[in-house]
Amino acid sequence: MVRGRQGEFHVHARSPHQPSAMSSALRLRDPAAAPRLLLAVCVIVLLWPGFSLTEFDPAALFEERSRGIIVKFVGTFFPLETSPEFLGLVLKSTYETLAIATAGMAFAILIGWPLALIVTRSLSISRIGPGPGRVHGSLIRLPARFVLMFFRSIPEIVWALLFVRAVGLGPAAGVLAIGVTYGGMLGKVYSEILESNDTRPATALLETGGGRIAAFCYGMWPVALPELVSYSVYRWECAVRASVIMGFVGAGGLGQQMELSMRMLNGGEVSTILLTFLLLVVMADGVSALLRKVTA
Amino acid sequence: MSLSFQKVSLEYANGVRAVHRIDCEIRRGERVAIIGPSGAGKTSLLRMLATALRPSSGTIEVLDTDPWRLDRRGLRQLRSRIGMVHQAPPIPPRQRVVTAVLAGRLGQWPAWKSLASLVYPLDIPGAERMLERMEIADKLFERCDQLSGGQLQRVGVARVLYQQPDLILTDEPVSAVDPALSDRVVGELNRDAIERGVTLVASLHAVDLALHRFPRIIGLRAGEIIFDLPPVRVSDSMLAELYASESRTVPTQDNQPLETVLAGVRRRSMFS
Amino acid sequence: MRAAHWGVVAGLIAAVWASFAYLALDLGQLLTLEAQAQMWKYAVSFFPPDFSAEYLTRIGHGTLETIAISAIGTAMAAVLGLLLALPAAGRLGAVPRAIARLILNFLRSIPELVWAALMVIAAGLGPFAGTLALAWHTTGVIGRLFAESLENTPAEPAGALRLSGSPASLAFLYGTMPNVVPQLVAYALYRWEINIRMAAILGVVGAGGLGQMLYFSLSLFQQQQAMTVIIAMLILVVIVDGASAWLRKRLAG
Repeated sequence: MVRGRQGEFHVHARSPHQPSAMSSALRLRDPAAAPRLLLAVCVIVLLWPGFSLTEFDPAALFEERSRGIIVKFVGTFFPLETSPEFLGLVLKSTYETLAIATAGMAFAILIGWPLALIVTRSLSISRIGPGPGRVHGSLIRLPARFVLMFFRSIPEIVWALLFVRAVGLGPAAGVLAIGVTYGGMLGKVYSEILESNDTRPATALLETGGGRIAAFCYGMWPVALPELVSYSVYRWECAVRASVIMGFVGAGGLGQQMELSMRMLNGGEVSTILLTFLLLVVMADGVSALLRKVTA
Repeated sequence: MSLSFQKVSLEYANGVRAVHRIDCEIRRGERVAIIGPSGAGKTSLLRMLATALRPSSGTIEVLDTDPWRLDRRGLRQLRSRIGMVHQAPPIPPRQRVVTAVLAGRLGQWPAWKSLASLVYPLDIPGAERMLERMEIADKLFERCDQLSGGQLQRVGVARVLYQQPDLILTDEPVSAVDPALSDRVVGELNRDAIERGVTLVASLHAVDLALHRFPRIIGLRAGEIIFDLPPVRVSDSMLAELYASESRTVPTQDNQPLETVLAGVRRRSMFS
Repeated sequence: MRAAHWGVVAGLIAAVWASFAYLALDLGQLLTLEAQAQMWKYAVSFFPPDFSAEYLTRIGHGTLETIAISAIGTAMAAVLGLLLALPAAGRLGAVPRAIARLILNFLRSIPELVWAALMVIAAGLGPFAGTLALAWHTTGVIGRLFAESLENTPAEPAGALRLSGSPASLAFLYGTMPNVVPQLVAYALYRWEINIRMAAILGVVGAGGLGQMLYFSLSLFQQQQAMTVIIAMLILVVIVDGASAWLRKRLAG
């Protein structure tokens, strides 16, 4: 550093080398420009065909014909339909939805619980130590795992559609669909809960010759119960929403009612049902929170 | 008068009195350093000059205008002529240095240029020149969160240099920079002000830096101006009294004690 | 506490009993040999799935349509969500904030399938309805999240730029956006992944893609083709899950 007279000094550039003309010209180009351009091109190339694939046509919304329908439909959204007969119908549908969700969850527990017990490795006698039981154990566990995965991977609405075709329109299809889908989910999560808790008490019981049931009742149940209940209640809340959605394909409840009203382009009824749905979701959320607090 | 405070007071919402009935005039082209203990009101003073804060009472003039009588457009134009270097550079971490520096002219560029510069920086040589003056030209395309504290502060200074304002304000601009470098940075700011004939008002924590570089020193304590003198007339006892509330020694850039060598040469900092 | 627990258990059993009673579900009906045989026959009719080249081509098209619906819908939602997030984060005043929040809440409270049914009425059958449905619902979800991001990001950078004379909009772009953009992109990609699954099923109300193919094949009693569609849906979900897990690992590492 050069100390000049007071008030004046010289700055020494600290660059390690004197840049040549060419390298300084190269240095002055933004290195991020090429990758950014490439990314932008990729995004456009990927999205562009999407517009034709989705038959993207906003102008169609403003066409004469669709404009008429939209205006007519939206125009009827207010005022809400509040005639006593309709409200009574909505109330009945709400009870039906709740019943579908509850009965469906009961089914789900019936399906998921035993499968969970089979799948939980910490309850597996055959896994303690070597022996022929080991292979047998896996032979049962793996298919059980697969069944659970199959049940929950197919979206519940697809199950609902299938059951409607199999057993007819109405709540039975909804109950079965929830039972199957949520049974798959419950089975997987139950087994995860059972496995994640401290497994030593259960293992100890198994090793000293206790049966699987005993190992479970005394080893695992007390610890796992709050978590199991909490998850099941949460799933019930989801089931309420799912029951409404499944109603759209004919599985009963509020959803089926809304679909009928929509088909008749009766906006007032649709808004009433929508409002009821929102209130139902809030109520289910409240009940679920309360139950989880009480059973914690 | 380019800048003036006329009986300016500033009180914050919680009742704290930051500045008390200050009278001060600064002519165009002057270079002033403000020193004082923490809480003296240095930052508040600078922020009032930057038109970030409005005085609770009194009149303030910045670049011969009362900023609080202007309309929105006028205020924006006035602000584009004021450049403030903050102690903690307000730069988004993920932004690149080149964009951060070019942002200095957002108040001057037309909208299309500012928008285009987001996609591809339009004045890379200009930004690079400023960074070279701050000795971090090699960081041109780095992301700001990959810089050290001192380097980031220098990017903040580079941004203000790029803005080329008529009034340069700096609030402890080199607190994180090492002593030798910080002397050069402050020197660079002074050089810029002298070359372009613009006003520079700097608040500094290190007294030796202030005395070394600036022809006018204002001492501030508890919101009041204690002295307003050229460095040769600032005595040891004045400094001691100024900082008495804070510490027994006067703060310097490298924390070495301030030394009087000869009667004629007032000060020399230990690191030079 | 014990007593309360038993009370809850009793209540739950009662609720389940009441549900079955209300639905007048005579489970016995489902368990008759006749009903069982019928269900078995129906289940068997799904096999073997239709793997003919011609149908597989249609499945391919349906899959591309599904992905396109989710992509365009999510892209629209990202743009609209950002536009609504600005007022919703309070950047334009208190009244626009309330209005924007109301709109966003409305959009996201209505489930995607209901939106799809509404859009089918508005725009007709086909993938456009599905795209719009995903767009509206996802705008509500993304918009709310963007607004929270904007509210939580520091305001100093933009403020400093305004102090040097920058117009507010440019100060926002230079000072606030760089902080927020990574979160926005990550969340948009996450929603896209969810929306692919959604796009597949919206079709059952006529909104295009694999779902619509499923609905048609079931209505036309072509169970074997329906089975192919279901398999295609499963494969799509597996691929998407795998791809996103791989991408996440690469970006994190």
